Amino acid sequence: MNTLIVSPSPHVHGKESTRKIMGDVIIALLPAVLVSIWFFGLSAIHLVCVSVLSCVVFEYLIQKLLLKGRSTVGDLSAVVTGVLLALNLPVCSPWWLIVIGAFVAIGVAKMTFGGLGQNLFNPALVARVVLLVSFPVLMTSTAFHAPETGYLFGNSDVAATALDATSGATPLGFVKEQLAKGVPMQEIMATPGLSYTQLLFARLGGSAGELSAIALIIGFIYLLCRRVIKPWISLSILLTVFVFAGILWLANPAKFTDPVFNLLSGGLLLGAFFMATDYVTSPMTAKGQVIFGIGIGIITILIREFGAYPEGVSFAILIMNATVPLLNRFQPKRFAVEAQKK
Amino acid sequence: MRTFKMGGVHPADKKISKDAKIERLPIPKLVYISMAQHLGAPAAPCVAVGDKVKVGQVIANPTGFVSAPVHSSVSGTVKAISMVNDLAKRPVNTITIEVEGDEWMEDIDRSEDIVREIKLEKQEIIDRIKACGVVGLGGATFPTSIKLSPPPTAKPTCVIINGAECEPYLTSDYRVMVEMPEQVLIGGTILMKALGVDKCYVGIEENKPEAIKKLSSLAPQYPGVEIVTLKKKYPQGGEKQLIDAVIGKKVPSGGLPVDTGAVVQNIGTAFAVYEAVQKNKPLFEGIMTVTGDCAKEQKNYLHRVGTPLSFIMEQCGGVPEDAVKIISGGPMMGKAIANIDAPTLKGTSSILYMTEAQTKRRPESNCIRCGKCVSACPMGLEPYLLNKLGRAAMMDELEEHHVYDCIECGCCSFTCPAYIPLLDTIRQSKASVMKIMRSRPKK
Amino acid sequence: MNTIIFTVVTLAILGLLLAIVLYIVAQKFKVEEDPRIDTVESLMPGANCGGCGKAGCRAFAESAVKDGLDNLFCPLGGNATMQKVAEALGLTVEAKDPQVAVLRCNGNCQKRKKTTKYEGVTSCATVAALYGGETDCLFGCLGYGDCQAACKFDALKINLETGLPEIDEEKCTACGACTKACPKLLLELRNKGPKGRRVYVACRNKDKGAVARKACLSACIGCGKCAKVCPFGAITVETNLAYIDFTKCRMCRKCVTECPTGAIHEVNFPPRPAAVKPAAATPAAASQATPAAAKPAAATPAAAKPAAATPAAASQATPPAAATAPAEKKVEIPVQKTE
Repeated sequence: MNTLIVSPSPHVHGKESTRKIMGDVIIALLPAVLVSIWFFGLSAIHLVCVSVLSCVVFEYLIQKLLLKGRSTVGDLSAVVTGVLLALNLPVCSPWWLIVIGAFVAIGVAKMTFGGLGQNLFNPALVARVVLLVSFPVLMTSTAFHAPETGYLFGNSDVAATALDATSGATPLGFVKEQLAKGVPMQEIMATPGLSYTQLLFARLGGSAGELSAIALIIGFIYLLCRRVIKPWISLSILLTVFVFAGILWLANPAKFTDPVFNLLSGGLLLGAFFMATDYVTSPMTAKGQVIFGIGIGIITILIREFGAYPEGVSFAILIMNATVPLLNRFQPKRFAVEAQKK
Repeated sequence: MRTFKMGGVHPADKKISKDAKIERLPIPKLVYISMAQHLGAPAAPCVAVGDKVKVGQVIANPTGFVSAPVHSSVSGTVKAISMVNDLAKRPVNTITIEVEGDEWMEDIDRSEDIVREIKLEKQEIIDRIKACGVVGLGGATFPTSIKLSPPPTAKPTCVIINGAECEPYLTSDYRVMVEMPEQVLIGGTILMKALGVDKCYVGIEENKPEAIKKLSSLAPQYPGVEIVTLKKKYPQGGEKQLIDAVIGKKVPSGGLPVDTGAVVQNIGTAFAVYEAVQKNKPLFEGIMTVTGDCAKEQKNYLHRVGTPLSFIMEQCGGVPEDAVKIISGGPMMGKAIANIDAPTLKGTSSILYMTEAQTKRRPESNCIRCGKCVSACPMGLEPYLLNKLGRAAMMDELEEHHVYDCIECGCCSFTCPAYIPLLDTIRQSKASVMKIMRSRPKK
Repeated sequence: MNTIIFTVVTLAILGLLLAIVLYIVAQKFKVEEDPRIDTVESLMPGANCGGCGKAGCRAFAESAVKDGLDNLFCPLGGNATMQKVAEALGLTVEAKDPQVAVLRCNGNCQKRKKTTKYEGVTSCATVAALYGGETDCLFGCLGYGDCQAACKFDALKINLETGLPEIDEEKCTACGACTKACPKLLLELRNKGPKGRRVYVACRNKDKGAVARKACLSACIGCGKCAKVCPFGAITVETNLAYIDFTKCRMCRKCVTECPTGAIHEVNFPPRPAAVKPAAATPAAASQATPAAAKPAAATPAAAKPAAATPAAASQATPPAAATAPAEKKVEIPVQKTE
């Protein structure tokens, strides 16, 4: 007979593990990655590969050389950061920009705080914001290369011309610029390339992960089905954005963009589905998560409509990340205490 | 379908021994009857070495309010009264009896007939249950008679019979429901009478359709008894969760379950109550499962209390070669057996063999703050936080975060993707905090 | 220029206002305290170890000023500190013998076989709450290092080879933290003894002899030989376990040679002249013998063979010089305390 093992209960474990969760997130991000590859071919593959590889290598090297500890690359969290970082960068980013981003994400935002689970801010977003502030031209103007594969929808030529001509390639940037020129909103929105279907299925410009809303939605539904995330954060962000932007739009439709455009454009969906729902940097309880989401929604719209930057999701998420330790104080409903109050 | 509202997990069902009929286990040559088979003060032996005892004879008397008598499960000679190690290798005062024949006390009704008419009155029933040493067989082995005499301030309104058996693998309650459904229902009726209530729910999880069918078809003959089908979710069998699931009331922190009006008894206890009251048979036999994916045979046994676990293991093919852990009880809350020569107790519900792949603990990694433990906790606690506070021994904060409400169901450790042994730390912290709380002067 | 002046003036006024506010607040909420508390606190070692039974050095000082020194002793500062405190307060204290923590278990991995394997949080308290322990001895050291975690002076280390903690006599302040941390109550504060020499029973097994021996080769079997041979009546045998009263022991060491299992340890004694046989009586004994002199409290050796009294004595007498090398081997700490 074997030497018996004695341990405290429970004696079995569920099927979940950190690696499986990370694997699910990667699968959920695949549609978005595939869409960017469909449009941009080799440059998108180049972007994702360099980003993932440099994130993994940085994590491994820091753990081995600096921390002299066990490498935890196997938990796939660095791969997730890598993919997310890639989706947050313009497709044509030069390799050195990606590597700097990976270093900031893994080296500065993650490992400095103690590695997986310890970081206060979402690593990929920190990297994006650092790059955005340091290399604004490269990060926003996105004069993308001529796509190597065909488009899904016919009128994209027009869209490309219309948006490309303005050098602010993202729809949000385009709108902001036109507004600054004094063009009324109704006219701006009539620009080809800004229709809802365009935004939903395939728009051009912006970072790699912002190309297709539908791909992000598919990934989000996958995460929900796999019970990797709960919908509270994402839904409260989207709802807040819709309501807040809607109020502004109703107040002055000539100055503010309409709520549906706000939902579908920019990095909102990527942020709401994948960046804000990051376990480490989001609150634990449903109550906290809803407040977290509302905060992100409000700050996003404030930056979009009143701030200097055309896009505010990354800043909004990072700002709300800082409030997570506070939001974690929203305790879950206690079984027995609830009974006592009655 | 009803269930409890908060938390819970879904471990794989694994009721592989559910079709094994209850068999009578042979009587070993020596039985070791422990004096600590119930929650509370151990019983005091009232026989001496060399005495002849019969099956069902009282061999130890209760020694306090929360205590229960112990009866001999065999006939023979008392060989020793000494410390014998229990399954956790802790010495317990134990009476060793050398078996000679199988001679029962004359006043035990050994016939197979089902006695339906309840002749005893309320107090007589409670006294009989007390004298027969019936204890809760759901795990805690709390003396049943005390549960049936609630404090005068509490107003019981119903009995809930716990047929959830939410632990994976275990099938002893299921077999009792399938093979002795009438006895269970009569037991429920007796419990109603003892408490002076007119409602009795039998909560059964949906994964036992045969038991639900059998009991539902018989229930109309017993007024007041209602069969409640519950959604399958662990820990449905926890007292607080079951009350929440069946009647939708929550037990307050630090309060008694009876504060909600419900008195919960296990299926096995209901059967034992039936036998005690209708057949005058003390609790000296129990039904247990021998199972596990690697077990050579799947069995449900009727065993005499005090049978060494190793004897039972030999009866069904011995310990499998690839078993690295043997558990008494279910895989979620059961105790790992450190000493296979330990005897069975009244509350022993199973021998469960686990292989290394099933039970090996993996090294823990960083908490990724996924909050899965928070959503899995059926008591609405924050296990990740309690674990952190516990490791830093921050007792005040632990108390503030209700560590004492933990029911040690193991959902948090089960669900943690980082393999953090949350419950290990929380259980320890809970014990320390409870100690501090008890040492405080009462208001 | 104007801006600069304006800024400087504004800041200066602001600073002044705040200073006034601070002064008023400090005056208003001033706490009157006995100045002697501060004096006493300044004399304390300041480790806040809690060895005196108070929350820290400040609490000690408060208690000393309030209730006197009768029931107080600072184990860390020892007699010197107590003397100073007594002088400061105008009191007198009796000198106490210096003490040291002693491990009352010598069942190392060779002598005490593991019969089960524990898996779970590495904490003695958890193991003790769960079951009797990995070996068959229900009284022995569990080896998961709660004592090591409790020690604030780095004086306790679990030796991975023996599975037992080793106490560094130099660093041990006898604060007693480890005695409270050990769920099996294996650590005891005993008088350091003249020249650090002391004799003690390194076992707490209360099982009957046969059971104890089966679980551990060097368990005290309660045979009582030591009590018979002791000329000073320092040894009592109760519930199958011998105990040496350190206030009565005169270090004759007769019990050490008499003990059939080697459960009685002697530390810091010079080699015995009678030791003729080589130390390596048995391989086990030899490996046990080595760390003795360097880390005296932990594992003073005893021969594994119970019948042979002489090899036992021989192994005791291993000269300190020969013994130091392996004991200084760096050992990894098995305790994983994750934050």
